[in-house]
Amino acid sequence: MNSIFKASAAALALGVASTSAFADAHSLAGELRIVSDMSNPAPRAVMEGLVADFGALNPDLNIELEIVDREAWKTQIRNALSANAPDVVNWYAATRMTPYVDAGLFMDISDLWEDPAMDALASTKGAMTLNGAQWGVPYTYYQWGVYYRKDIFEELGLEEPATWDQELANCQVIIDSGRKCYTIGTKFLWTAGGWFDYINSRTNGYEFHIQLANGEVEWTDERVRDTFANWRQLIDMGAFIDDHQSMSWQDAIPPFLNGDATAYLMGNFAVAAFRDGGLTDDQLDFYQFPQINPDVAPAEDAPTDTFHIPAAAQNVEAAKAFLLYVTSADVQGEINGGDALGQLPVNASASVSDDKFIQEGFEMLSNNASGGIMQFFDRDFPAEMASAGMEGLQEFMVFPDNLDDILERLEETRQRVYQ
Amino acid sequence: MFPTPIEKRSRQWQLGYQALLPVVLVIWLLPLIAVAIFSIKPEADFVNGNYWGMPSSFEMFTNYGKVFFESDMPRYLLNSVFITVPTVIGAIILSSMTGFALGVYRFRGNLLIFFMFIAGNFVPFQILMVPVRDLTLDLGLYDTKMGLVLFHVAFQTGFCTLFMRNFIRQLPYALIEAARVEGVSEWRIFVYVVLPLMKPALAALSVLIFTFIWNDYFWAIVLTQGPDSQPVTAGITSFNSQFRAAYHLMSAGSIVAALPPVAMFFLMQKHFIAGLTLGAVK
Amino acid sequence: MTTTTAPTRSWYKRNEIAVTPWLFLIPGIIFFALYVIFPIFQSFWISFHEWDGLGEKTWVGTANYERLLGGDRKFSISFWNNVRWLALYLLAIPMGLFISLFLNQKVFGIRLYKSLFFFPFVISQVVVGLVFSWFYLPNDGLFDIIVGTVGIDVSGGILGNPNTATYGIIAAGLWPQTAYCMILYLTGLNAVDPEQVEAARLDGAKGARMLWYVILPQLKPATFIAFVVTIIGALRSFDFIAVMTNGGPFGSTRVLSFYMFEESLSEFGFRMGYGAAIAVVLFFLMLIFIAYFLWSMYQDEKGAR
Repeated sequence: MNSIFKASAAALALGVASTSAFADAHSLAGELRIVSDMSNPAPRAVMEGLVADFGALNPDLNIELEIVDREAWKTQIRNALSANAPDVVNWYAATRMTPYVDAGLFMDISDLWEDPAMDALASTKGAMTLNGAQWGVPYTYYQWGVYYRKDIFEELGLEEPATWDQELANCQVIIDSGRKCYTIGTKFLWTAGGWFDYINSRTNGYEFHIQLANGEVEWTDERVRDTFANWRQLIDMGAFIDDHQSMSWQDAIPPFLNGDATAYLMGNFAVAAFRDGGLTDDQLDFYQFPQINPDVAPAEDAPTDTFHIPAAAQNVEAAKAFLLYVTSADVQGEINGGDALGQLPVNASASVSDDKFIQEGFEMLSNNASGGIMQFFDRDFPAEMASAGMEGLQEFMVFPDNLDDILERLEETRQRVYQ
Repeated sequence: MFPTPIEKRSRQWQLGYQALLPVVLVIWLLPLIAVAIFSIKPEADFVNGNYWGMPSSFEMFTNYGKVFFESDMPRYLLNSVFITVPTVIGAIILSSMTGFALGVYRFRGNLLIFFMFIAGNFVPFQILMVPVRDLTLDLGLYDTKMGLVLFHVAFQTGFCTLFMRNFIRQLPYALIEAARVEGVSEWRIFVYVVLPLMKPALAALSVLIFTFIWNDYFWAIVLTQGPDSQPVTAGITSFNSQFRAAYHLMSAGSIVAALPPVAMFFLMQKHFIAGLTLGAVK
Repeated sequence: MTTTTAPTRSWYKRNEIAVTPWLFLIPGIIFFALYVIFPIFQSFWISFHEWDGLGEKTWVGTANYERLLGGDRKFSISFWNNVRWLALYLLAIPMGLFISLFLNQKVFGIRLYKSLFFFPFVISQVVVGLVFSWFYLPNDGLFDIIVGTVGIDVSGGILGNPNTATYGIIAAGLWPQTAYCMILYLTGLNAVDPEQVEAARLDGAKGARMLWYVILPQLKPATFIAFVVTIIGALRSFDFIAVMTNGGPFGSTRVLSFYMFEESLSEFGFRMGYGAAIAVVLFFLMLIFIAYFLWSMYQDEKGAR
């Protein structure tokens, strides 16, 4: 879908966010081609608004925006970067960048990160760094955590659990009341990755989790088994809904809505679906994944979405200006607001939406994620390991007795993938 | 006739048979009847677990209205038309020529080329996938309808050549010889003598290829992405992610997607079956 | 060249009969070679490399094949699923024959019945797959409800249980394939020689004996085509798997064609060399049947002229 925003059509611009950083920049000219994967309705409006505003600030710049399907982009990006590359593209942080960095398709923009304006993004720098250089900028991120039915918790007299023992005790009460503790849909595998990220990092710590993602630890390691043993406690209790391997994450929402399951470990993007399904903020609440090993600091899944400049970009100057614009405090506050993306701004000076869940997530990630920030299983682990891994996790959730076999297979894969 | 014609049986047999037919048919088409009913159900029925019962209200216009006005379905449908029709035309033109050459002339390598077309036609798609995708990328036709059309034309030429060549073989060869004696040039023989006789084959192939290409899913996801150029089979699966668990809308969408080949089949039934069963009798 | 009575015919005119077929063939051959023949060889070439589709290809010799045949579990699961598909998909032939015998009557409206029975074949496999996956839904699916009444509960639902998922998909595939075989046999039955049937009847043959000794031999061409299209359909099974289970649960419904796609072009794929090696194996599997088909066609051709 092509939306061409002629600079002369600046009248269309939605609330122009004029920021000091760009008002004085010398005017940009030529053509700026942006390919974005923000194809869902709300993100799409955000992206189109961004382009319109940026165009208004740079009347001599002709911006061409192409929005592609988010799922399709995951495979399409390869072609887009190599043939007739645009100037700016969307992608994801961390290991997910590796193939394009290694193939020389992303531009090294470490110089951009030296701009004083980028200091406000320091906390995200690690996720954008590979081989000692930075390859893009983040524009949004969101927390993961446990969304639960406050009304049912109250009915059963339960509190938000802070430790694993409380978690298990809570879960027993929930099961005794004829419900399931957790809904999940593992048909497309990645949801199980979230569970592994949390249980593994809570059991063995962030450092260990990242070592595992980097292929430095064997899957048959005793510590990995500890993770699965903890997970298995929940599985053996019957904490998860049945038949989850036939359900997508959306299919798993109805049991949560109708109270058959009381909680859902998910990313914040699911809140919209819960609210659409009729849950009010009195019924829905959020807590951080409980502590398992008191000796490790909590790490959190907070996947970051990004902008990059392809190595073959034509208008690098304009592309860099656009990246600076997107990450500036005002723009960050605006695009991540409750009526826009409804997620967390990457700029520390940006305003955070007053939505209950965004506030809770912001609070959690700012003050209670000292262990580190994980990008999520399928972004931290390299592609082949991630797909084999998530398949194994799904199998484990259905047949926990197959664990030895699963771990051996994953170990085989690890030895091949990271050589 | 086998089995024994029912007319020769007793009255009870005949009545029993006549009664059995609709029952068996309903069982056979149960999955389709289910989607048809799904597509006129309100969303509430699925929330309340009333999947297979009677619809609690009649929502046909709401559901199909959503499919046509609130989704990308119309674009996907149009893409399918723009992919299928040129493919049919292209494959028919190419294969009537190759079929003519292989069916009428005797020359060294005739059978070899013929067998190449047949063998290629049965090859698993997967072995073509990566190179064809690269070729399409190199031609700058990736994610365009044209890229898909070119591949389909090439691939279907294999099957169509088999069909055309065998059909031409059955035409009276004397007609062609008579034309040659008259001094008619070869290409005129093709246009004025052979083509008119091939009308049934052309019709049969057109409907068959239309159905095959309309229903293609594999190449649609290999060579195209997104509503700009993807056909309806791929569209229905993205529909699937857009409206997941909205069975009423997905059913309506599926029925809309399935309608064109079904209509084609009922309108051109004779030709369709003639095409499919070519070679089933000697 | 001294005579002027008749202008010399052009080279083309003189060689018209020899040249024309090639002129007619060239466009078709170019297209077909470019898109079908060359790619086969290119895939062979790619299968000896490691290639992520982006950078340079790295020559790895037969490493891909060694890994593939040396205990890649995904490969062996896919292979055995292919064997299941091949074996069970062939059930479409007797089932199609059975239905065609049932329908081969002349009663009022039988033509409409025949078309309606054929209906499933016209619909895209994507739609059929979707419909069957709803049919198989755990708890809410009609299948689960029906078997539930006799006390059977398939844990995870048909498609969520690794022991049943492949069979569930094959059953969905059998539906349109049976319709196809049925139409082949209906046409075949139309052409059965009535005199032979009458003669056999006078000899006292009927029912199954008649079918086996008199009818089936005459249906041989139909059976042959049904066999060929069913085998090819079985080896090409991709759409159903992609739509119904996406290869899951935990990879138990993969077949070679799906595995190949997954390795090459899926979100976590782009191992083109390994994918190509899978495709080559699949190709050789198919080649057995292609060769058989070509051989029997060749026998026919020899007989024809």
